[in-house]
Amino acid sequence: MINAWISASIVAVIAGVVGFFVVLRGAAFVADAVPQGAFAGAAGASLLGINTLVGLGLFALAGSLGIGWLSKRARRDVSTAMILVVLLGLGALFLSFTVEYSAEIFSLLFGEVLGVSTSEILPIAVLGAVCVLAVLLLFRPLLMSSLAPESSAAAGISNTRMELIFLVIVALATSLTLPVVGALLIFSLMIGPPAAARSLTASPLAAMGLSVVLAVLTVWVAIAASFETNWPIGFFVGAGGAVCYAVGRLIAWLRTSHKRRVSDS
Amino acid sequence: MSSVLRVLFAPGFFASSPVHVALAVGGVAALVSGVVGTFTVLRGQSYSGHALADLAVTGGSATFLASISPLWGFAGTGVIAAGIMDMIGIRRPRGRDLATGIVRGAGLGLAALFLYWDTTSTSTTGATVTILFGSMFTISNSVVPLVVAFGVSALAIVAILYRPLLLSSVSADVAAARGVRVRLTGLACLIAIALAVSLAAVTVGAILSTALLVGPAAIALRVTSTPGRATMAAALIAVVTTWLGVVLAYDSITWPPSHNGWPVSFFIVTLIFLGFVAAQLTRRARQAKG
Repeated sequence: MINAWISASIVAVIAGVVGFFVVLRGAAFVADAVPQGAFAGAAGASLLGINTLVGLGLFALAGSLGIGWLSKRARRDVSTAMILVVLLGLGALFLSFTVEYSAEIFSLLFGEVLGVSTSEILPIAVLGAVCVLAVLLLFRPLLMSSLAPESSAAAGISNTRMELIFLVIVALATSLTLPVVGALLIFSLMIGPPAAARSLTASPLAAMGLSVVLAVLTVWVAIAASFETNWPIGFFVGAGGAVCYAVGRLIAWLRTSHKRRVSDS
Repeated sequence: MSSVLRVLFAPGFFASSPVHVALAVGGVAALVSGVVGTFTVLRGQSYSGHALADLAVTGGSATFLASISPLWGFAGTGVIAAGIMDMIGIRRPRGRDLATGIVRGAGLGLAALFLYWDTTSTSTTGATVTILFGSMFTISNSVVPLVVAFGVSALAIVAILYRPLLLSSVSADVAAARGVRVRLTGLACLIAIALAVSLAAVTVGAILSTALLVGPAAIALRVTSTPGRATMAAALIAVVTTWLGVVLAYDSITWPPSHNGWPVSFFIVTLIFLGFVAAQLTRRARQAKG
C-alpha cells in the first residue's frame, strides 16, 4: 500500500510537469497515442520474456520519433493516427501469440497501482527525476517554442529540435507511468489537471505547480477510492481528470462573467 | 493462374461462412469509413475519430454487461459522445483536441469500470480483448442487417450534406457567409464519424478502427486533390485493404508460431500503413522531379 502511494505520487508529479507542456503545445493526441502504442511494446516484451519496461520504453521512443518523422511529411494528426494504429496492429499480433495474457493486458491498459513492488519504485523514481529535470532545464526554450514558434526561431531556438525533445520526454514519461495507471488513462492525468491549471492562472510556473498539485490530489483520491471499492483505478483517474477540467473551466467562466458584469456597470 | 490463386486463397476460403460474413461486414465498414474518413482528414478531426472509437469501447463493454448486441452500445455511445464533444467543443483546434481528450479520458474510465464488472460477473477476461481488438471471424450473421443499416445512415448523412460539409471543411467563414449552418454541419459530421467508427469497431476492433477511418483517406488525399475523387479512392482503398486483410488472415492459420491464425486487424493496419508511407514517399519524389 505504501508502495502504491509512493509510485503513484511520482507518476502524478511527472504527469503534471510533462502534461503542462502537452496542453500548452496542443499535443493531446500525441500524449494519447504514445502510451497506447507503447502498450504494444509491453505485449511484445512479455512474449519474448524480457522486462516489460524495456519493451515499453522502446515502443514509446519508436512511436515518438515515428510521429516526429512522419509529421514532417504529412499533417500531424494524420501521422499520429497512423503511427498509433501500426503499433497497435503489432500489439494485436503479439497478443494473438500468447494465450494466458488477458489479466495482464487488463492491468496494463487500465492500471494496477496496488501491484507495484518495492524494487520497481527505484527505477521509476530515477527515470522520473531525469524526466522532470529535463523539463525544468529546458523550461524556457520549450515554453517559448510552444507559445511563440516564430519569435523563438528568431531567438535561435530550433523548433524542430524542441519538438523532438518534447516527444522524447513524452515517451520517457509514458514508459514510466504506464504500468502504474495504465495505457488508456495516463493521458487523463496528463491533460485534465494541466488544463485546469492553465485556465486558473496565466503565469506558466504557477500553472505548472498547480497542475502537479492537482495531479497528485487526483491520484491520491483515486487510490483511496480504488482501495475502498476495489474498482479499477483507471476509472477514478479518468473521472478525476474530467472533474478537474470541468471545475477549472467553470471557475474561469465565472471569473470572466464576473469581470464582464463589473465592467458593464 | 489457378495455382497462383490457390496460393493466395487457402483451400476452403470461398466455402467458409465466417469468411463470407467477415467479407460482407468488413466491406461495408471499410466503405463507410473510407467515405466518412475523407471528411475527417480534411477537417483535421483524426483525433475525434480515434477518441470516438475508444469511447465506443465504453458502449461495447456496457452492452456486454446487459448482453445485447455490442453494435448498439458502440453506435449509441459514439453518437452521445459526439454530442458532448460538440457541446464543450471549442472552435480553436487546440482547444478542440483538449476537449476531445477530456471526454475520451472520462469515457475510458467508465469503460474500465464496465470491463471490470464484465470480468468479475462472468469470470471471463476474454471480453476485454474481444471488445478492444475485435474479431471479425466471430461476427454472427444476425449482425449483418444492423451493420448495413448503420452504414447506410452514415453514408446518407454525408451524401445529403456533401456540399455544405465540404465548404465548411475548407473554410468555415466562407461557408457561414454562404448561409451554411456550420455548427450543425459539424455535429452531423461528428455523428457520421461516430457511426462509421462504431461499425469499424465491431469488425477490426475499437482501437484499430482509427486505421480504416484515417489511413485510406490520407492516402487518397495524397494521390488526388479533387474531393469527389478522393472520397471514391478512399472507399476503394479501404475495401481492398480490408478484403486483402481477411484473405491473409485466413491464409495465416497455417503460419507459426501458434497455428491459430494471425489477427485480421494486424494485416489490415499493416497494409494501410505501408500504403500511407508509400504515398508520402512517391509524392515527395514527384515534387522533387517537378
